[in-house]
Amino acid sequence: MYGVIIALMPALLVSFYFFGIGSAIVCATSVAACVLFEWAINKFMLKNERTTICDGSAVLTGLLLGFNLPSNLPIWIIIIGALFAIGVGKMTFGGLGNNLFNPALVGRAALLVAFPAQMTTWPKVGQLTSYLDAETGATPLSIMKEAIKNGDATVLDRLPDSLSLFLGNHPDGAGAMGEICALALLLGLAYMLWKKIITWHIPVSIIATVFVFAGLLHLANPIYADPVSVVLSGGLMLGAIFMATDYVTSPMTAKGQLIYGVAIGFLTVVIRNWGAYPEGMSFAILIMNAFTPLINNYVKPKRFGEVAK
Amino acid sequence: MNARTFRIGGIHPEENKLTHEVATQVAALPKQAIFPLSQHIGAPAKPVVAKGDKVKVGTMIAEAGGFVSAPIFSSVSGTVFKIDTAIDATGYRKPVIIINVEGDDWEETIDRSDKLETVKEHPELTPEEIVSRIKDAGVVGMGGACFPTFIKLTPPPTAKAECVIINAVECEPYITADYRLMMEHADEILVGLELLMKGAKVTKGYIGIETNKPAAIDLLTRKCAEVFATSEYQVEVVPLKQRYPQGGEKQLVDAVIRRQVPAPPAIPVNVGAIVQNVGTAFAVYEAVMKHKPLFERYTTVTGKRLQHPGNFLVRMGTPMKDLIDACGGMPEGDNKLLAGGPMMGKALTSVEVPICKGTNSVTIISDDEAVRKEPQPCIRCAKCVGVCPMGLEPYLLAKLAEVQNWERSEQEDVVSCIECGSCQFTCPAHRPLLDNIRLGKTTVMGIIRARAAAAKK
Repeated sequence: MYGVIIALMPALLVSFYFFGIGSAIVCATSVAACVLFEWAINKFMLKNERTTICDGSAVLTGLLLGFNLPSNLPIWIIIIGALFAIGVGKMTFGGLGNNLFNPALVGRAALLVAFPAQMTTWPKVGQLTSYLDAETGATPLSIMKEAIKNGDATVLDRLPDSLSLFLGNHPDGAGAMGEICALALLLGLAYMLWKKIITWHIPVSIIATVFVFAGLLHLANPIYADPVSVVLSGGLMLGAIFMATDYVTSPMTAKGQLIYGVAIGFLTVVIRNWGAYPEGMSFAILIMNAFTPLINNYVKPKRFGEVAK
Repeated sequence: MNARTFRIGGIHPEENKLTHEVATQVAALPKQAIFPLSQHIGAPAKPVVAKGDKVKVGTMIAEAGGFVSAPIFSSVSGTVFKIDTAIDATGYRKPVIIINVEGDDWEETIDRSDKLETVKEHPELTPEEIVSRIKDAGVVGMGGACFPTFIKLTPPPTAKAECVIINAVECEPYITADYRLMMEHADEILVGLELLMKGAKVTKGYIGIETNKPAAIDLLTRKCAEVFATSEYQVEVVPLKQRYPQGGEKQLVDAVIRRQVPAPPAIPVNVGAIVQNVGTAFAVYEAVMKHKPLFERYTTVTGKRLQHPGNFLVRMGTPMKDLIDACGGMPEGDNKLLAGGPMMGKALTSVEVPICKGTNSVTIISDDEAVRKEPQPCIRCAKCVGVCPMGLEPYLLAKLAEVQNWERSEQEDVVSCIECGSCQFTCPAHRPLLDNIRLGKTTVMGIIRARAAAAKK
């Protein structure tokens, strides 16, 4: 757990750099609320003797939830999100290790449905001292959606270039605070691979599937954005590297993880292009979380002796 | 040449080979020797001596109790004190023969000279004669499992042996008995290997050694080139990449000849391999060439807190306490005593437990290393799945045993588990995976046996 938290640090620092005080308030609130709910539910509802807040999982859920939110979200909404994440997403299933769905994504999905307006307006980068009053702008994903809706490929010219998407420093750009900079998230991925916290299977299969699928669509019809922009936009990197790889809710075997990753990539592109929301990453992961037990049941590791001579 | 290794799973525990360069000492004779009747896999041996009988070193005191069984020989001379029960390595009271030691008087049939006998000099040794001498000398697998050696050399008609693989891996931490044996008795081991190959009617032999023993690899490669240069036998020393549990029979076969033994009841000879420990090869040499039955062995006595850990040539039946005292006595504080190494060894309840045919090591772990951390919830990190050398899912097998779902346990191949403990070693949540899997495996094997028995009726 703490290894994953360390891996999130580059992205956290980048979010402070781009969104300033708003980012700090959102993150701090989310982490504090998640830890508090974890402690309170354990103590007063489950009546567990042992506290589980020291294992770092609640802190991690809080950070990931915060990373998914706009940096101008009011504190009370964040607290509701944390209650959904920890209370509904995790503790109702019996706490750490038993939850079916990624808790942070349960929180985000609940907020997206309950507060669609607040959850789909994103502050622009570079407003270091504003919080609730931050000026908002269009995210690359909403530009892509508009192009598809209008059937007009010229809308896509408003997209930032790939390098600024990669670094997150496009002046008009906007987005959730933790997902803005692909570079920082990839640093986290490199750290987790180096420390053997995760294997390459899930992130690589998701990103590769999205790239290939989006690339085919782009070739077939230019109103679909180019695959590089698609991969670098929205929550794809954050989801592929940190959310889909959650131990508890992802399959156990390498083969199962590849199936899971490919399905998430596929669903993400489908929802982004033809669904109601501009971003499909979180729903794709939640859907595949539900399939994880089924995958575990049918996809077995290669038993010793089954390998051909 | 690149070092080979097995293809699935595996871990790297800390080596702690404290006694690598400590030359073997001959352990002092015990005052009283204790011989459990069940020192091997299969039926317990049946006593053939009675209270008050005089025995010599090498006298048979118990005969084989069935086909899968082995006779037991006295390692001391003296008087049978009583036939009783005593706590053995399993922690239970089991039947034993206790002998009071008087002098050191050997049976005259045993050749005690150091002269190296070679297979060439003994054309009278037919394969059948070799196997029968091995059987009569009570030789069993010396690596710890103690399966009677002669049975391995006579495979069932459905299988055909193609090669003998000598297990000189010693992948278990701390233990150095096999290494010392190789450094001190390489010639005898190679003759033993030749006897095993002749007995099994094969001409191909391998010796698998991990690369953390470069001196042994060098020595045996050189000796093999000398001994087998003009012989009909081809023997190859195979350096193996360090990886636990490479000394597991199936893992070793996979590493050396790239063949995987199918799930139980298949055994290595089903893919053409007969695996024997290097200690067994030495015992075979002594049994066939020197008429010396199996009553002493190489054992490592080790532990970080021991004053003088060492390697011993020890008579079986010697209580562990004698060896521990020879190493400077039991260290201060709470200690965990193991027969075997820290990964596969069995925790003992008494220092009076005797050295048996399979005791390759006496390991003393201090309490701060032995104490178990409190288990945390399983977060399904899949680390246990990644390290399982049998391609099983330890998290699932442990859970199924916890909820006593034996039917599903059987479907998930719990009986394939080799109990190497890699899963438990790796688990970041300190879950007692192997404990639960062992419970599942034992229960399921019982169910399978009961079903087979019911089907026969």
